Amino acid sequence: MSDEQTFLDALSARGTRRGAEPTWIAARRQAGAARFEALGFPTRRDEAFKYTDVRTIARGDFTLAQDAQDLAPLSPATAAALTLPLEALRLTFVDGIFAPELSDLAALPAGVSVEPLSEALADNHEAVGGALGRLAGVDFSPFTALNTAFAEEGAVIRLAPGSVVETPILVQFLSRANATPLMSHPRVLIEAGARSQATVIEHQVGEEEAANFSNLVSEVMLERGAILTHYKLQEASLKDLHVSSLHIDQGRDSRFTSFNLNLGGSLVRNDIVADLNAQGAETNYYGLFFAQGRQHVDNHTLVNHNAPHTFSNENYKGILGDRAHGVFNGKVVVRRDSQKIEAHQSNANLLLSDRAEIDTKPELEIYADDVKCSHGATTGQLDEEAIFALRARGIGEETARGLLTLAFAGEVMEQVVLDAVAERVERTVAGKLPERFNLAGLVEVAAALDEE
Amino acid sequence: MASEEMEQLVRREYTQGFVTDIESDTMPPGLDENTIAFISKKKGEPEWMLEWRLKAYHQWLKMTSPSWAHLDYPPIDYQAISYYSAPKKDEDRPQSLDEVDPKLLETYEKLGIPLHERAALAGVAVDAVFDSVSVTTTFKDKLAEAGVIFCSISEAIRDYPELIKQYLGSVVPAADNYFAALNSAVFTDGSFVFVPEGVTCPMELSTYFRINAANTGQFERTLIICEKQAQVSYLEGCTAPQRDENQLHAAVVELVALEDAYIKYSTVQNWYPGDEDGKGGIYNFVTKRGDCRGDRSRISWTQVETGSAITWKYPSCVLRGRDSIGEFYSVAVTNGRQQADTGTKMIHIGEGTRSSIISKGISAGRSNQSYRGLVKIGPRAKGARNFTQCDSLLIGDQCGAHTFPYQEIGNSSATVEHEATTSKIGEDQLFYCQSRGISEEDAVSMIVNGFCKDVFQELPMEFAVEAEALLNVTLEGAVG
Repeated sequence: MSDEQTFLDALSARGTRRGAEPTWIAARRQAGAARFEALGFPTRRDEAFKYTDVRTIARGDFTLAQDAQDLAPLSPATAAALTLPLEALRLTFVDGIFAPELSDLAALPAGVSVEPLSEALADNHEAVGGALGRLAGVDFSPFTALNTAFAEEGAVIRLAPGSVVETPILVQFLSRANATPLMSHPRVLIEAGARSQATVIEHQVGEEEAANFSNLVSEVMLERGAILTHYKLQEASLKDLHVSSLHIDQGRDSRFTSFNLNLGGSLVRNDIVADLNAQGAETNYYGLFFAQGRQHVDNHTLVNHNAPHTFSNENYKGILGDRAHGVFNGKVVVRRDSQKIEAHQSNANLLLSDRAEIDTKPELEIYADDVKCSHGATTGQLDEEAIFALRARGIGEETARGLLTLAFAGEVMEQVVLDAVAERVERTVAGKLPERFNLAGLVEVAAALDEE
Repeated sequence: MASEEMEQLVRREYTQGFVTDIESDTMPPGLDENTIAFISKKKGEPEWMLEWRLKAYHQWLKMTSPSWAHLDYPPIDYQAISYYSAPKKDEDRPQSLDEVDPKLLETYEKLGIPLHERAALAGVAVDAVFDSVSVTTTFKDKLAEAGVIFCSISEAIRDYPELIKQYLGSVVPAADNYFAALNSAVFTDGSFVFVPEGVTCPMELSTYFRINAANTGQFERTLIICEKQAQVSYLEGCTAPQRDENQLHAAVVELVALEDAYIKYSTVQNWYPGDEDGKGGIYNFVTKRGDCRGDRSRISWTQVETGSAITWKYPSCVLRGRDSIGEFYSVAVTNGRQQADTGTKMIHIGEGTRSSIISKGISAGRSNQSYRGLVKIGPRAKGARNFTQCDSLLIGDQCGAHTFPYQEIGNSSATVEHEATTSKIGEDQLFYCQSRGISEEDAVSMIVNGFCKDVFQELPMEFAVEAEALLNVTLEGAVG
């Protein structure tokens, strides 16, 4: 049986159990399945997967959580340890299934709706149908096709025009250590009305022994003047397989900021695609990938400047130790007649071990002349002299290395305003640091001093 | 500047387009084993060479034309190309420039390269390739005195079979890629340079390639070998007459540098780029690779690419020897509907290897240009270093400039830096020049030349002058 067939069989088995669905959903599932069958899993001969071998996913035998038997409930203590300690509107999924007991949407401000996809579909499936799949079609990649075929659950976030949500919206995907590996294909839909503002966090986290496959697709639509900050904090277990794609459609004067922070997962592939479709749209990509052991982390980003006077800025940092393999592919496309563009891109990588590998490809594709575009990529190692300087001041070697590694990530991390997120990253990257080196704390102190 | 004026200048005719009417001993178009046997026989090659060619041909049959480049051209009909063309007076070649067909000399005159003068003044030995057969080789004696072998590849196959057997195809194997395989099967001529141990070649070696007979693909094969502590600087320059049929050019250049050897390979390429609609023009698919086999060896590629309808060219360095150095300096200018997909590969294998890449691209008119490069640091390349800079200048709103730099780094002690920018000529820069009484044309020329300075200063003197002039002509009036 071919690798693809395993997944198609799981799909048809699920189809019979699920029962009747609105016709448009059934049609889309069919289109997704057909496209996936036609494309098959990508191989290293595909340019987009030149450095990433997805055979561990293709050859895996994953069960849908909906079909799995005897799943023990997640203990509240475990869930509490995994979740981000911050005040947030919380929507939780365990292995792709909505967990109301771990969700907290009580304090939903006016003009904002946050609900699981299944509920949104049950309430008014037609209202979802227009937006779902508009940005992430089945053609983007075999994985989006697969997601389209399977997607049942996820999050639907709608912001009414002018609504400003101060509290972050946290969508967390918990992965459990199950008897058999599970798969989930969640779909996140964010519709931000004109001039609305919000922060959304997608958090992948799980039990240490979890070894599941998650295939997330997120679609973000920003109308005129909307401002959205999107965090993706991926700290899945070191056995988890994770593929995601994030698609953004930006209207006039909208601003999108993405933080793509990857700490976990054994095989991770993230795609981010932003379409700047009207004047004044601005997009910022900040990324950090930290991989150890035999982790493989692949980030592909794309910015399409489809309109004049649009801006993009990208900064990705990679830190690779042991036998980890990192991939960065950043692409900026400036369409014909998209004049007065500014696009900057930078990727810096730090190799901590001789057996670590980084493959980086910053691309520019430019068809207009009145543009200012630049990209840069560097790869190097920690400065031994800097380590020596720190050690001469009584700091242990390990801490010194940790601090310098953290400093390397500084350009990205100083943009992170959520302390809870920053602390998770710092803890993983630099290990447990003495209290006085807590960077987030230092920033706070400095800010407080400034105010005085 | 008024836009009509600009238009006019952009649409200038190819000033170096002319056809010298010399009867060619051309084979009918088509490619099969007989064609290869004919070429091999015509060249008086030994049996093993024919076998080598046929092996390459069979490999080629199994391969498909690459499609990954950012280029757009109709499929090439390989059966519509004539694979052999040589000037008629093959048997009694002229012994000196005075004996050279005056028509040929006239051709060089039109190019603005008075061969005899140049050769005498600059002390350049010229192995002038007129179409596919070397017509004249000068300064042979002086080179022979130093022990340097500089001859056509056909002669080398006849006279130095051991060297050819050892080195031909050792850097670019016959099945390396589609065009290299094709070249290996049908190459007709090219240059062979061998610099023995400890010898610094007493002069800069130069070959002028020209494509002349209509419908003839030019398949050059160049092989340069520098033994221990030897040095050579090689110049390659090309222009082509104007014509309508697309011409295919698939050359292969192989460089081998042993311990402490230094090879400098410079190219000025100004083949016919096609008319304003992109009709005609040369298809230039070139495989160039240098192998730094010995420790502390160094290979340097410098190129100025202004011609061809399509350029597909990635001069590369395989840095095998410890502390070996690879360099790539490139200026590529495209105008009209030209397309260029060019760049370099630096493969770091040995410890302490270093490479630097400076690539400057200028696109104007409706042209498209890509920089495609690979920097690969192997696990054993401890302390390897690379610096890459690729800048693009856009002139006009219909052109495109793209960069596809691949970096594959598998060693933590390596330091790799890449930076690239894309912009147009700054209006404030133009204004600054103009406010000081410099015309817009001159200002643009100044800015463009300044943009390319890093590369031009790497060119040998004679080439640098020519390159600057070429750049000005190519871009004349393209800016406003």
